[in-house]
Amino acid sequence: MTDQNLGTPVTLPTRRDPACPFDPPEELTRLRDSQPLTRLAFPDGHVGWLVTGYDAARRVLADPRFSVRMDLKHSPLPRRNVLAGSGDKPAPGMFVVMDDPDHRRFRRLLTGQFTVQRMRRLEPRIVQITADHLDAMAKAGPPVDLVQAFALPIPSLVICELLGVPYEDHAFFQEQTAVAVDLEASVEQATVAAGRLTDYFADLVRHKRSSPTDDLLGGLITDSDLTDEELTTIGLALLIAGHETTANMLALGVFALLRHPGQLDAYRADTSLTDSAVEELLRYLTIIHRGSPSRAALADVELDGQLIRAGETVIIGLPAVNRDPARFADPDVLRLGREGARHHLAFGHGVHQCLGQQLARIEMRIGYRMLFERFPALRLAVPAAEISMREASLAYGVRRLPVTWEQA
Amino acid sequence: MRVITDQDRCVAAGQCVLSAPDVFDQREQDGVVMLRDPTPHPDLHDAVRDAVALCPAAAIRAQEGR
Ligand code: HEM
Ligand code: SF4
Repeated sequence: MTDQNLGTPVTLPTRRDPACPFDPPEELTRLRDSQPLTRLAFPDGHVGWLVTGYDAARRVLADPRFSVRMDLKHSPLPRRNVLAGSGDKPAPGMFVVMDDPDHRRFRRLLTGQFTVQRMRRLEPRIVQITADHLDAMAKAGPPVDLVQAFALPIPSLVICELLGVPYEDHAFFQEQTAVAVDLEASVEQATVAAGRLTDYFADLVRHKRSSPTDDLLGGLITDSDLTDEELTTIGLALLIAGHETTANMLALGVFALLRHPGQLDAYRADTSLTDSAVEELLRYLTIIHRGSPSRAALADVELDGQLIRAGETVIIGLPAVNRDPARFADPDVLRLGREGARHHLAFGHGVHQCLGQQLARIEMRIGYRMLFERFPALRLAVPAAEISMREASLAYGVRRLPVTWEQA
Repeated sequence: MRVITDQDRCVAAGQCVLSAPDVFDQREQDGVVMLRDPTPHPDLHDAVRDAVALCPAAAIRAQEGR
C-alpha cells in the first residue's frame, strides 16, 4: 500500500468549471493525475474507492469479483436510484443490477433485438423520423430549443416504436422520467414518479398479453416465459435507458460541435468522419458522469498495489477515465478523426456493457449528419454561458439548447 | 493468425462486428458472436486485434503467427 491513500478519503467531485462545461470536474482530473485509485467517502459513512484511471477502470468492470448488486453497494449520490427497485431489493427482472448467471439469463433474451444487423435495419425508419423533425423545425422557423424539437423526441419515438409503447403518451413518460432521474428531486418525488411509470407499463404489458403486438415487448410476451412483473421492469428500463441517454448525447454533442467550429467545419466537409465523430463525442462528453458505473467487491482484490476489501464499493469516474492521457493522446482535445476513439468506456465495459449501444450509435450518426446538412449555418441563439447544464442528473447534458439559423 | 471465440462468455455487444465485419458476425436469434473467418487475411489482423481489445467480455482470442 502506498502512503498517499492512507490520508483523508475524498468525496465524489461533481463541480465543473462553468467556463468549460465539456470538461470533467477539475478535482476528478486532478485525482486521476495524482492517485487514479483513491479512497472515497460516501454520504452514509462508508469508505470505498474511486477509480479514475483507464486501465484500472477496465479491470474492475471486467472482473466477476466485482458485483452490481444494490444490496451490496453503497451509493455515492445524495439519494439512491429509485428506478432500480425499492430499498435493497431489485425489481423483478431488473438485470442491470444482477450478477451472472441471473443477469445473463435476462440479457440473452434481449440481445438478439439489439445486434449490429438488427439496428441497421432500423436505419431507414430513423432517417425518416429525423427528417420529419427537421422539417418541423424548418417550418417553425428560428429560434428553436433543439432539445424539445430534435434531441429528445427522436430517440423517444424510436425506442417507443421498437418496444411497442404508444408515442402519444410521451409527454407523460418524459416528464415522469425527468423527475425520477433528477438527483435534486427528493426520494419521495422520485419514488412517486417511478411508481407512476411502473403502473403505466404494467397496464401496457397486460394489454399486450391479451392482444399480442409485433414489437419487442410483444415478442417477449409470446417467445419467453417472463412474468408480467419482469416484463414491466424490463420494458421500463429499456424505455428510460433508450431515450434519456441518447437525447443528452444528441443535444450535448451539437453544443460541443457548435463550440468547436474548426471541428464542425471538418465534419461538414468530410463524410468519412461520420462514424469516428460519434465515438469521439462519446469519449469527450462521457454523459454517464456521476457515481455510475459502480461495483461492490465480493472478495479482497488487489489492484494497482492497493487492497480493495470484500464489501467495499468502487465508483468508476468515467469522465476522467475517458480523458486518461495514458490511453488517449491530448485527451482534452476534441478531435473527430481521432484514431482509437472507440476504445472509450462511455458505454461501460464487461458483461454489463451497454445493451443499446448500436442503437445509440446509429441515432447519433444519423442525427448529427442530417442536422448539419439541413441547417449548415446552425448556431446558438444565446451566449454559450447562458446554456444551463444538467449537473445533478444521472446523464449529463443541457437543459435547453436554443439555436437559430438564417432562413433561405 | 487464428481467431477463437467463446460463445458462452459473449454478451452480444457487437464491438467485434463493428471492428471486423468480415471476421465476426452475430447470431440472429440472440446476438451471440459467430466466426465468419477463423484464419483472416493479414490485412484484417489489426482489426481483429482491435476486436480483441474492445470485446467487453474477453470472449475473443487471436493466436498470432499461424
Ligand atoms: C449514448 C447513449 C448511451 C450511453 C452513453 C449509455 C451508457 C451506458 C453505460 C455506461 C452502461 C453500463 C452501466 C454499468 O456498467 O453499470 C449502460 C448499460 C445499459 N444500457 Fe446504455 N447507454 C446509452 C444508450 C442506451 C440505449 C439507447 C439503450 C436501450 C435501448 C440502453 C440500454 C442499456 C441497458 C439495458 C444497460 C444495462 C446492460 C446490462 O446490465 O447488461 N442504453 N449504458
Ligand atoms: S465483442 Fe465480444 S461480447 Fe461483443 S459480440 Fe463480439 S464476442 Fe460477443
